Formats: sequence, structure tokens, C-alpha cells
Amino acid sequence: MEQLLDLFDFGPVLDNSDVLLDGFWATIRLAIASAVLSLIIGTILVAFRVAPVPVLRWVGTGYVNVVRNTPLTLVLLMCSLALNDVLGLAFSKDTGTTYYWWAVLGLSGYTGAFVCEALRSGINTVPLGQAEAARSLGLTFTQSLRMIILPQAFRAVVAPLGSILIAMIKNTTVAIAASYAEAAAVMKGLMDLPSFTSGAIPLFIGVAVGFMILTLPTGFFFGWLAKRTAVAR
Amino acid sequence: MRVRRFGAAIGAATALALALTACGADTEKTEAKTVAQKAKDTKKITVGIKYDQPALGLKKPDGTFEGFDVDVAKYIAKELGVPESGITFKETTSANRESFLGGGQVDLVIATYSITDARKQQVTYGGPYYVAHQDTMVRADDNSIKKAEDLKGKKLCKAAGSNSFRRVTEGPPDGKLAVKGVDLVDAQSYSECATKLAAGALDAVSTDDLILAGFANQQKGKFKVINAPFTDEKYGVGIKKGDKETCEAVNKAITKMYQDGTGKSLLDKHFAGTGLKTVTTVPQFEGCA
Repeated sequence: MEQLLDLFDFGPVLDNSDVLLDGFWATIRLAIASAVLSLIIGTILVAFRVAPVPVLRWVGTGYVNVVRNTPLTLVLLMCSLALNDVLGLAFSKDTGTTYYWWAVLGLSGYTGAFVCEALRSGINTVPLGQAEAARSLGLTFTQSLRMIILPQAFRAVVAPLGSILIAMIKNTTVAIAASYAEAAAVMKGLMDLPSFTSGAIPLFIGVAVGFMILTLPTGFFFGWLAKRTAVAR
Repeated sequence: MRVRRFGAAIGAATALALALTACGADTEKTEAKTVAQKAKDTKKITVGIKYDQPALGLKKPDGTFEGFDVDVAKYIAKELGVPESGITFKETTSANRESFLGGGQVDLVIATYSITDARKQQVTYGGPYYVAHQDTMVRADDNSIKKAEDLKGKKLCKAAGSNSFRRVTEGPPDGKLAVKGVDLVDAQSYSECATKLAAGALDAVSTDDLILAGFANQQKGKFKVINAPFTDEKYGVGIKKGDKETCEAVNKAITKMYQDGTGKSLLDKHFAGTGLKTVTTVPQFEGCA
């Protein structure tokens, strides 16, 4: 019975709530920047993938197939160890800022590939007549993509984009591979404190709840948004 | 309907809790034997070690284990009457070693496990089998860092799941030196710290000298340990709280290990040529409480 009670002794979580909150703030900063950047990268990639120029299509397909099939940890390690440490491509003199942007870049480059594939499936839902009508009006490829195709494609894939965003928020926990410490790294650090002797499981539960506080509303919001924006056909 | 299902869930949870407590009571009856007795009778022992520290506790790709901790574990097991084939190694981390000892998943923990007052409340410690000191490792050609205070304005590694950096950057209770203006760089592990140090993305890695010597040994000629120790880390043998008999047996084994020269030869085997000054006499024991 005592062991069971230990499972729910949240003392270590509450005592260290300020450190954990700092960790979650780092998670949120990483997640928001990556969400914006991955949406931009994904949109550019999907434009490449449906472009009339074969070279662009090859580049888009190649990027998606390589990055989507590489483990995120390796993508992030590549960013921090290879590009930053060995090649010396630093964003700023301050190491904290540099590694933050490498983490954002790695995570959004990875997530961007998934955004691209979701958007491409959205483009497939737009009837071919729409594109043909746009072309017969004299719109160029970029114009028809920007004004006709993509707005409809985005509306069709709001729910999958929400799932990708949730997955991305949880993927931030491997950002330590890019030398960026967020909530999960903070949690690991707490468990090695000389004063820490028990309560690993409550700490895990506390961090899990923290992530649910971030991801559950995201899910509900995108569910609502998907319903609102769905194209009635 | 929903309410009824919820009730069923609570019922199931209660039943599970009861089953668990019943289990607990059972094992207490059958496992009244101490680890030392059990080792003697069954010729088997489970030892918790680390899997990721070169020269201390490392799992090699072929599934075998090597390191100072592993060799100490084998020696102690032998003294407890267990042959090498009867030892099962299990990975323990800072998150689970206390609960593994308490729950009996491991019999001993020999995993760079520093003895602290807080941990003594939960665990009985045999030993220490070695007293390590926190030291600092830099690139072999770097002469600008001679002592820990020189780390001001330098890039120091902060490995996830380790608090060694606090002893440099913070004062007591968790820290020691409180050196200001140290630029901390996060890393996944001390292996990654070593990679970053070699690449020049870091200036120094600071943690227990045995761990540092392990890396210096693994990549000969790249790194040096500056030999400016500033803490005592007493590596103990973690034993289930209250198991005095095993504790005394472990202490006897450690004393014998140093007296018959095995201690020195093991330290030489793993740390020779790294510049680390090892101590080859029996450490001052903490006493079995």
C-alpha cells in the first residue's frame, strides 16, 4: 500500500513547479516558432511538389522523402553537431540563441515535410474543374495556386494539420538533441538532484499532464476550426 | 451508462490495488532473506549498473559489459559466493535506482552512485568503494583553464540528467563554487559533451574524474583532465534499506579487494595513461546504518 501511495505523492512536482514551468515555457517558445515556420516550409514544399517545372517537383519529392523518413533525433543532431559545432554555422554569438534557432529549424524542417503531405492531400480534394477554370481565366500557375487551389486545400486539411501540430508539440521533447533544454530535459535534471530520492513517477505524471494542457486545447481548437472551415461540396 | 462504466473502472482499480498489496505481503514473507543469504543459496545476483559510461559501466554492442563498476561488481559477487555466470546486469538510472532497490528488481546498485545524506534515508550503502572528485576536462591543447574558477566566460557542458554543472555555477545547497558568467551548453549525455568538446563547440566538461578519465581514455590524445578537484563523490554500493548483513559482507569484500591488490590493478586497467591520480588504498567506510 505504501508503494501505491508513493505513486501519488506529488511533493517533488510541487516543490519544483517553478523550474518545471520554466521548462514548459521553453517548450512553448520552441513549439510556437516551429509551428509558424513548419507551415511556411510545408506550403513552399507543396508548391514545389505540384509545380509544372519537373526540377522543382523532384526537389520537393526528394526533400519530403528524405526528411520524413529520418528520425527526428538524427535531424536535430545533424543541425547541432554537424552544422553548428563542426561547420561553425552559428546564428549568433550567444550559444543559447544559436541552439534555440537550430532546434526550431530542425523541428520545423522535419514537421514541414508532414505539413506538405497533408496539404498535397488537400489539393487532391479540390476538383480539377477549379484549376481548369482558373487557367481559362488567364491566371498563372502561382496565381491559381495562391487564390484558387491553396485556400480550398487548407480548409480541407485543418484537422490533419491539428494532428501534426500535436505531434510536433510532443516531438519538442527530443530537442535536447539540438542542445536545447525544454520540459523533458528539466525533468531529467530534477531526478539527479542530490536531494531527490523518490517520486520519479509523480514527476512523470506531472510532466505528462503539462503536455496534455498544451495539446488537448490544441486538439479541441482544431476540431472546432475544421468544422467551421469545411468546404461544403 | 457512463456512470456505471466509471464505477466499474473504480472497482477494477480497487481490486488491482488489493491484489498489489496482497502481492507485497507475500513477497515480504518469502523474501525475508538478505541479499547476502540469497546470493549464497541461489548463486545468483542482480546488479544495477550504468550502460553509458566508458570505463565505468558500459554496455558494448555485442551485449557484454565492461568498466570499473562492472569489475567491482564481479569481485563483490565472487566474495558473496556468486560465480560470474550467476550475475545479471540491469540498467539503473538516476530515476529508478531507489525504487529498483526498494522493490527488489536489483540486489545491488554499483553505478557511480554517490552517497548523500538525503539518499541515506532510503538506501543502505556499502563502501564507498572509491572516492571520486569532480574535476574538469578540456581539449589537450587548451592551456587557458587551469582550475574550475577559470571557467568564467567559458562554455561548459550541461548534460541532461546530471547536476554536476551546478557545483560550478551555483552555491550551496545544490552547488559549491558559484562561478559567475559561465556559458552553459545543453547536451543529451556526457558522450555528447565529449563530441562537442572535440568539435570546439565547448570549452570544458566538468564532472566526476573517473567519468572524465573514461572519455580521455576512449579518445586518447584529444582531451586532458586538469587535476583541480573540488568535491568528494563517495561511490557507494546501494543496498535495500536496512540490509546490514549484506552491507557488512560488501564492506569486507571491498577491503579485501584493495588489500589483495585487485583494486589497484582494476584502476590501472581502466584509467592508466589518462593523467588521473588514482587512490589505491581502502576508502574510509561510511558504516552500515
